Order: sequence, then structure tokens, then C-alpha cells
Amino acid sequence: MSIPAISIEQVHKRFGSLHALKGIDLTIHQGEFFGLLGPNGAGKSTLINTLAGLLRPTSGKIAVMGHDVVDDYQAARQNLGIVPQELVFDPFFNVREMLRFQAGYFGKGKENDAWVDEVIETLGLTDKAHTNMRKLSGGMKRRALIAQALAHKPPVIVLDEPTAGVDVELRQIMWEFIKKLNREGHTIVLTTHYLEEAEALCSRVAMMKQGEIVALDSTANLLHKFAGKNLRLKLGQASLPAVLLPMLKNGENGLFTLALSDLGQVEFALSELRKANIVVEDVQLIEADLEDVFLSLVGGA
Amino acid sequence: MNFIDALISPAWRGTYTLFKKEVFRFWRVAFQTIASPVLSALLYLLIFSHALSGHVEVYKGVEYTSFLIPGLIMMSLLQNAFANSSSSLVQSKVMGSIVFVLLTPLTYLQFFIAFLAASIIRGLMVGFSIYLVAIWFVPVPITHFGWIFTFALLGSALLGTFGIIAGIWSDKFDQMAAFQNFVIMPLTFLSGVFYSIHSLPPFWQALSKFNPFFYMIDGFRYGFFGQGDISPWISLVVVTAFLLALAWLALKMLKSGYKLRG
Repeated sequence: MSIPAISIEQVHKRFGSLHALKGIDLTIHQGEFFGLLGPNGAGKSTLINTLAGLLRPTSGKIAVMGHDVVDDYQAARQNLGIVPQELVFDPFFNVREMLRFQAGYFGKGKENDAWVDEVIETLGLTDKAHTNMRKLSGGMKRRALIAQALAHKPPVIVLDEPTAGVDVELRQIMWEFIKKLNREGHTIVLTTHYLEEAEALCSRVAMMKQGEIVALDSTANLLHKFAGKNLRLKLGQASLPAVLLPMLKNGENGLFTLALSDLGQVEFALSELRKANIVVEDVQLIEADLEDVFLSLVGGA
Repeated sequence: MNFIDALISPAWRGTYTLFKKEVFRFWRVAFQTIASPVLSALLYLLIFSHALSGHVEVYKGVEYTSFLIPGLIMMSLLQNAFANSSSSLVQSKVMGSIVFVLLTPLTYLQFFIAFLAASIIRGLMVGFSIYLVAIWFVPVPITHFGWIFTFALLGSALLGTFGIIAGIWSDKFDQMAAFQNFVIMPLTFLSGVFYSIHSLPPFWQALSKFNPFFYMIDGFRYGFFGQGDISPWISLVVVTAFLLALAWLALKMLKSGYKLRG
């Protein structure tokens, strides 16, 4: 097995009395497209900032491509590209200058300029290469931020909520671009609020809640394990037979959604309805999505 | 600057890039960072020389206007060296763009060197520009160039370092401005920019000796006229000691990640 892209062992982070990370263990392999999900305040950004060296872990170890982020931070950071959550920018420079400076901080020289230009082009920033960062629109600033994380060609890329507040079109462009990076061998870690984003992109996800990882599995397994299929029934004026009530997820205006643990339950539900002489106006079988998993793990209780 | 880029060894490229970025940052707004302090210094020169020339003779055979020029140069040099590192740091902290530097493999020492070197360049550029403009109006002798350069370098380094400390410590622009208005300005004005401390009453004379700015200005002025309030060697020792103490503090702050890394 090759060196993990990111390995996190028993990482705790305390801010005074706040215990923000409670012993995180996580290994992300090279070439993975990994999703880190969780509500606000779950500790996603704290974990990323600790990985990036912006915060120091209270205890525990984190390594990027085998390099400890505290003891061997120079090598660790050389391997890591971070796209921060906030739209930050340096108002004194244009896009190309900023990217060259960014690569220069990592010791890259002239030989890296071709890569910088490639990043500019792929992210659709060519027209804006000579535009001051201050004058870019929000969407363009977001692209420039991604470009900045890539300027030194890191093998591991972490995007902290990259599509927050981004319109649908740009989101599609960014998804395609990030997928392409992943195909080219970059390890991608994505934190997101948008569950459909994680579902569409990530092969594996971790869900965080109050500083802990509450689920860690392949996206497919999580969908399978935590949320079976749903059966949606339109029953007109009739109400649901009592025997089906334990399966009920929600129901209003004659539209009932039943959670199924296996497909055999479809037959059971329909036969019960027939016995009760209820006319079924419409039936729909719905695939579960990460939202269900998320709600069952993170939401409420 | 392309030819310099090629000369820099890869190990120093990161530091050099940060230095270059910091120099470009003030150079892009040179009207504000270079031209405006030069204009202010000339206004001081105009007003004070008209008001006081003929009334005061500080050193024998030295016109008051000539006497004033090294003080004005040093004052502007110090203020601008301070402004460069402090405002750059506060601005990038407020804007959040400081993360771009914090995410890199640059060490705390490299960070310090880059910000300090850019401050020194800004200080020297402002100082030299004032000199170039001033000599059109008043003759200013250069007796010991070595002392002039030494104190210009040490002075801009000292204030550049102080600017790094103030920039890291301040979370907002007004906190940084407080450093400027309540520390830098009083220390400059009470340091002998406009007068020799020998013209002060004994109590104020003694008090001036606790002001590090006095030594920077007096040593610098000695380089021009070959005479000063005290020996330039004493000034050299005092200024170097202050520089080392502040550099130690700045490096300690940077190493611990104070206010930069949580």
C-alpha cells in the first residue's frame, strides 16, 4: 500500500473550553475523491485548518503524503493545496501576478509559468489574467482562489466549501475541473454543505458532528446502509392503514412516504392497502440520497 | 527584475518572492508611499527653515536649514519603514489574504527577512528621494558616508521590525494607527529632528537619552556634518542593541504563531 495522501491520528483541538475536534482518525488514500460533510460548527474547517498548519493540533498527528504537518511542515505544505472558504484576495495584483507569486512562495521559478498559464486557461480565467483581483466578480474570485491553491502543483488538494454561494453554471464548471484533476491523479478532499455535490463527486465520505466523525464509508455503502429506498404513495382522501404506520417517514395531503428496508416490503405495503380497500392513485419508488443518511446521522437526535 | 530572479537559488526563491511582492506592493502605490512623504518633508523644510533660519545656529558654521535636512530624512525614513511592514501585515490580516503566505513552506525566519528587507527598501527609497530633492534647495555636506548609510540601514531595519511587531499585534487599522500616533510620532518629534538636544533644559536632555530615535538621528546627522550631540559609536551600540531586542521579540512572536496561527 502506498503512503496515504492524508493520515489523521487521534487529533484533538481545543479552544479554551471548546473541544472542537474530539480524537479524529481518518486516512485518505492517494487518488481518492473524498467528501467531508457536516453541519456548521461540526469541525470541518477546524480539521482542514489544522491540516493546513493554520491551527496547531492540541494533540495527535496529521501527515500529508507521509510528512508530519508540524514537525515536517515544509514538505507537508509543498504537497498540499488549500482552497480557503472565504473569498480572500490581495488587492494589489492581477490574477497572473498573484499566481506566480503564490508558486514562487513554494520555491517555483520560471519553469512553472507554463503550468500557471494552463491553470488560468482551464479555469476560464484567460480574459481576466491581467485584471486586478479587486475588480473580479465573486465567481471569478472563487476561480482565482482555486487557481492559487494549484499554482505549485500539489498532489493533494483540499477545497473548503468551494461552491458556497456559486451559481449553477460555475458550479458545473468547477465540478468538471475538479473531476479532471482527480482523473489526473490528484487526491481531492472536499468539504461541502451540498449533499448532492458529495453524492455526485465523492467516492468516499466522512460525516462529522460536534467534532467527531459519525460515519465513514464509501458513498454507495452509506446510501445502502443508512437509507434504503423510499416508497411514495398517493392515496387521495384515504388515510394510511395502521399496520403501515411504523414505516411512515412523512405524510401530508394524501402523499405518504414509506421507508423500505428491503424491496419485499413494496409487496407487503400494496397488499395491506388492497386489504383496506384503499385506491392507490400513484406509486413511486425513490432512491435514497445522502440527505437521508445525513439527517439520520447528524440531524435531530 | 527578471535577471535577479535567475540569480536566486531555489532555496531562497520563496523568501525572495515574498520580498519582491512586498516591494511591488508599495511600488504600485508609489504616489502615496514615496511621493507623499517626500512632499511632507519638503513642507516641513520650507516652513521651519523660513521660520527659524537666522534665529538658530545649532552647530558652528552649519545653517539651520542644512541642519534640518538629515533629521527630516531620518524621520521620514523611519516612519515609512514602519508603515511598510505594519500596514501590509494589518491589511492582509483584515483582508484575510495573509493565509496565502501562511499556507506556504516559508519559515518564520524567511517571513521575517522578506518583510524586513522590503521595509528597509521603502525606508531607504524615501530617505534618498528626500535627499535628492533637498540638495536642490540647500547644500548638505556628506562627511562620512559610511555613518550615513549605517544609520539609514539600522534605522529602517529597527522600524521595519517594530512595524512587523505592531502589524502582528494589531487586529485593526486603528490599533496600528495608535502605534503610529502615540509611539512613533512623539518619539520622532522629541528626538532632535528639529533641534539639538543641547538646546534643551537638563531634565529634557536627560530624558532624550532614553529615546532610541535620538541615537538614530544623531548618528545619521554625524555622517553629514562630522559633529553631533554624542559620539556615533555610542549611537551605533544603542541602536544595534534596540534592533536586536526588537528582532528577538518579532521572531519570538512569529515562531509561536502569535495571532497568526491558532
